[in-house]
Amino acid sequence: MRVQEKIIEGLLWLSAVITILVTVGIIWVLLSESLTFFEEVSIVDFLTDTQWTPLFADKHFGILPLVAGTMLTTAIAIAVALPIGLTIAIYLNTYAPPAFRATIKPMLEILATIPTVVYGFFALTVVTPFLQSFIPNLAGFNSLSAGMVMGIMIIPMISSLSEDAISAVPKSLREGAYGMGATKFQTAFGVLVPAASSGILVSIILAISRAVGETMLVAIAAGQQPRLTANPLVPIETITTYIVQVSLGDVPHGSLEYRTIFAAGLTLFVFTFTLNNISFWIRKKYQEKYD
Amino acid sequence: MSKKNYKLEAKSLNAYYGNFHALKDINIAMEEKAVTAFIGPSGCGKSTFLRTLNRMNDYIDGFRVEGEILLDNRDIYGKDVRVDELRKEVGMVFQKPNPFPKTIFENVVYGLRIQGIKDKRVLAETAETSLRQTALWDEVKDKLDKSALALSGGQQQRLCIARALAISPSVILMDEPTSALDPISTAKIEELIYELKKDYTIVIVTHNMQQAGRVSDQTAFFYMGELVEFSKTKIMFTSPKHERTQNYITGRFG
Repeated sequence: MRVQEKIIEGLLWLSAVITILVTVGIIWVLLSESLTFFEEVSIVDFLTDTQWTPLFADKHFGILPLVAGTMLTTAIAIAVALPIGLTIAIYLNTYAPPAFRATIKPMLEILATIPTVVYGFFALTVVTPFLQSFIPNLAGFNSLSAGMVMGIMIIPMISSLSEDAISAVPKSLREGAYGMGATKFQTAFGVLVPAASSGILVSIILAISRAVGETMLVAIAAGQQPRLTANPLVPIETITTYIVQVSLGDVPHGSLEYRTIFAAGLTLFVFTFTLNNISFWIRKKYQEKYD
Repeated sequence: MSKKNYKLEAKSLNAYYGNFHALKDINIAMEEKAVTAFIGPSGCGKSTFLRTLNRMNDYIDGFRVEGEILLDNRDIYGKDVRVDELRKEVGMVFQKPNPFPKTIFENVVYGLRIQGIKDKRVLAETAETSLRQTALWDEVKDKLDKSALALSGGQQQRLCIARALAISPSVILMDEPTSALDPISTAKIEELIYELKKDYTIVIVTHNMQQAGRVSDQTAFFYMGELVEFSKTKIMFTSPKHERTQNYITGRFG
C-alpha cells in the first residue's frame, strides 16, 4: 500500500516536472538559437534598423517593421474589442434579465471556439471586399480588416472577463449607489466599472497578449510585407506571420535566415511574457481590495 | 381613526419572493421625525420590509409587492414614481459600511455629483455640513482627498451616513447599521441617530434589543412575515401584548 502511494506520488510529481521542463526547454532553444543569431547580427541593428529583409540579397535585420505590424493589428483589434466587449459586459451585468444573460454568455463564448483560420478567411473574403466598397484604396491584404476581425475574435475574452470582474464587485457597493438615487447607468459607469477596473485591465492585457500572439488570422488577411507604417490600409507583416513564412518556406535549416525566426520568436515571447506578468501582478495587487 | 399625518405608511402590504410569501398583510404607520425600530428573528421579514420602503427589492428577480406604501401620502409603488427620485427622498445605510472606492470627499458628494451639481462651493459646503453632522469632520478634514477605504469600520459607517445625509433626504433607512462595528463605534452611531431624529424620520432594523430600546421611539416586532406588535418602545419593552414578543425581547428565542 505504501509503495503504491509512493508510485502515485511519483507520477504526479513527474507530470508536474515535465511541464516545467518543456517550458524551460522552449525558452532554452529560443535563447540559444537567438544567441547564435546575435553573434552575427548586432542587437543594436536588430532593435533600431527600420528594414526587415533577411530573405533578400540586401539583408537588413531590423525587427521594428514586424513589431509595428504586430502593434498595428493589435491596436485595431483592441479599438474594436474594448468598447464592444465592455458594453456587453455592462449590459449583461446590469441590464440583461438573468435568463437572457444565461443564454447569451455561453453563446458569446462560442465566438472564441471558431478556428482562427476561419476568422482569417472571413477577413480576407468578406470584410476586406466590404471595406473596399467604401475605402477604394484599401489593399487586398491590410491590417485594418485583419485587426477588426481579430477584435471580434477577442470580444468574448474582454466581455467575459470584464463581466466576471464587475460581478465580483460587492453587492453592497451597487446597492450603495442605487440607494443614493443613482440610475443603472450612473451606477455602472460611476461605481462598478471603477471598482472593477483592475479586473477589466487584466482582461484587456490578456486580450492584447492574445492579439499579439495571434498567427493564422493575420497570416491570411494582413499580408507578408514587413513595413514600418501606421497606415492600416496597406499590407504589413506581423512577427507571427514572419515566423510562419520562414517555417513553411525553403530556407535551409541552420542558416542565418533560419535563425531569424528564433530572434523574432524571442521578441514575441518577451512581449507576451511581460503582458501576462503585468496582468498577474495587477490581479495579485488588487485581489484583496475588498474582503 | 387618527387624523395624524404620518410620514410613512404601509397599507395591506404583501410581498413575495417567487412563491414565498415574505410579508403578510402589513399595516403600519410611522411618525415623522421619530425613530422606528424593526425587530424580530432572522428571516422574519423586517429587512425585506425595510427594503420595500425605498424599493431596494426591485432588483431581486421574482420579487413583487401588493398593497401600498405611502410616503407623505403618496404611493411609492405608483406608476408615475421614479425610483431614483424616491431614493433621494428615502436614504439608506447598510449593514456593512460600503464606501465607494473613491476619496472621502467624493464619497460624501457622490449623491450631488450624480444629480449633476458641479459648483465647487456647493460641493465643499455640503461635504463639510454632512461630515459635521456625523461628527466625522474633525477626524477627516485633513485627509478628504484620501481613499475612504483607509478609514476604520466605524468611520466608514459614519461616512456612509454622511453620504446619505448630503442629498438631504427626509427619511433614512438603516439596515442593522452597527452589526459589523465594535461597541465604541456602535455607541457613536447610536448617539448620531439620537441627534438625527430632530431632522429626519429614521427606520432602523436591529438584532440588538438593547439598541432598539435605547434609540427608538416606537418598535415593530416581526415574526414569520407578520407584524405581530407595533407600539411605543417603552410600552413594548415593559408590557408587550403578545407572548411571542415577550419571549423574543427577553431572549427566550430568536
